[in-house]
Amino acid sequence: MSPETTEAAVSVRDLRVRYGEREILHGISFDVLRGETLVILGGSGSGKSTLLRTLVGLERPSSGDIWIKGKNMCAMSDAELDDTRKRMGLSFQGGALFGSMTVGENVCLPLREHTQLEESTIQIIMRLKLEQVGLAGFESYMPSQLSGGMKKRAAVARAMAMDPEILFFDEPSAGLDPIIAAGVDNLILKLQKAFRMTIVVVTHELASAFLIADRMLLINKGDILAMGTKAEMQTSTHPRVRQFLDRIAEPEVEGEMDYLQMLTGEAHDRAL
Amino acid sequence: MDFLSNIGRGAIGGLAYVGGLARLGGRAAWYTLIGPLRGKPLRLGRAVHQAMAVGVEALPILSVITFFIGLILALQGAYELRKFGALQFVASAVAISITRELGPLMTAIVVIGRSGSAFAAEIGTMKVTEEIDALTTMALNPVQFLVTPKFLAMILMMPCLTTWADMMGVFGGAVFGVTGASFTLGTYISATIDALLLRDIVSGLLKSVMFGVVITAVGCHEGFSTGAGSEQVGRSTTSAVVMSIFLVVVVDLIFTALFYALER
Repeated sequence: MSPETTEAAVSVRDLRVRYGEREILHGISFDVLRGETLVILGGSGSGKSTLLRTLVGLERPSSGDIWIKGKNMCAMSDAELDDTRKRMGLSFQGGALFGSMTVGENVCLPLREHTQLEESTIQIIMRLKLEQVGLAGFESYMPSQLSGGMKKRAAVARAMAMDPEILFFDEPSAGLDPIIAAGVDNLILKLQKAFRMTIVVVTHELASAFLIADRMLLINKGDILAMGTKAEMQTSTHPRVRQFLDRIAEPEVEGEMDYLQMLTGEAHDRAL
Repeated sequence: MDFLSNIGRGAIGGLAYVGGLARLGGRAAWYTLIGPLRGKPLRLGRAVHQAMAVGVEALPILSVITFFIGLILALQGAYELRKFGALQFVASAVAISITRELGPLMTAIVVIGRSGSAFAAEIGTMKVTEEIDALTTMALNPVQFLVTPKFLAMILMMPCLTTWADMMGVFGGAVFGVTGASFTLGTYISATIDALLLRDIVSGLLKSVMFGVVITAVGCHEGFSTGAGSEQVGRSTTSAVVMSIFLVVVVDLIFTALFYALER
């Protein structure tokens, strides 16, 4: 029953996610192709973070399927889900390094927990991964001693420790100055070129998105608004896509009735 | 009707809270007892690390507090006993109230302040900084990784700390016995041993194990239910301390009543 083709690393079909009464994702479908960098764009509250959390198994969808390697993630037992997670890496927005461990121990942790490798081998892999993200020699630092950009790099090294098939990035350039952010972009490009990794990036940084993406996906209010290559996105005439790409602010209040409703709070649900 | 529905809502909320604690405790027990048989190793290294923080590092402050409590008990007891010229009963009064009640209780209070709050703060901070999510995405179960070692350490260290607290309390009483009453250290100790039954000590130690379970469950549960934002960590820590003290007293009451009924 898998709709997965040979070149799709992940196939999402009619995915719906709800928190309580509120539906965040309204049935979205797309493929992530093997070896590509897919950038998921969207404004705040668009549901892009929820989509990412669902893809890595942190949220359970209310309906729909996520096919990875011929298996449906939404119908997996906890043990199967853990096996799938070992083949994915996620670099968190704030790094999410374990504050009680050194950078090196952070990278070693998944290897120590999930593999039978000898300690000397684990140390070599750890140094290799840190070198790949440009943090060679920082293994004995505590996360609190690192700058924001270095934390992100260390988080990437930890996400890559198990040689994942898919690497996910949550807002890789959020909270970084332009130079450091460019450095993180370069790192993603390097991983893509050197290892032909499948990479999924969630961001709202347009410049960074157009630099690293093979394909893009624009999410708005829980629906896919547009999907395509960089060129296709840039030539899109869809008004919402143009608004997002050209960075046009939301008109403040659209009409008298809307204003009245806003004041009385009667159409509150609509605003969500 | 509003009044009744508020009572109902409060009762349901309270039951749900206890249910949450029981679920967390149950999962930790699964990872302690059954997990190792299913290829999920026990984290003994982390448990030892926790035991150091929970137990060994609490010794100085616990010693001082229970020493003073023993001394205070002796003074208060003597105030009443000397009216009857029965100062020789100070030793047994101190021994019984320390081992049956105040030893375990004071240990629990000290451990709540030092470790229960620390559990909530540690797990709450990890929740806020997405470290809990990071554990999950690395296929490491947060309960197995964080909570189980804490339970193991607590269940092991609480009776040890309580035994030590009992000794320090008796020693505090002895200081009064020797200076304020006609005991020597030797006669005070032998009077204490004569007054105590094994079940006095055992019932105190049993209670201390239950206190340990309650403190760990509340601390970790509050940590996991931390919302977004760093001010939420403070809220979790506060309610971990308040809830733990309350539930420890409730558990204390239940077990004391149970022992009273059983020991007749």
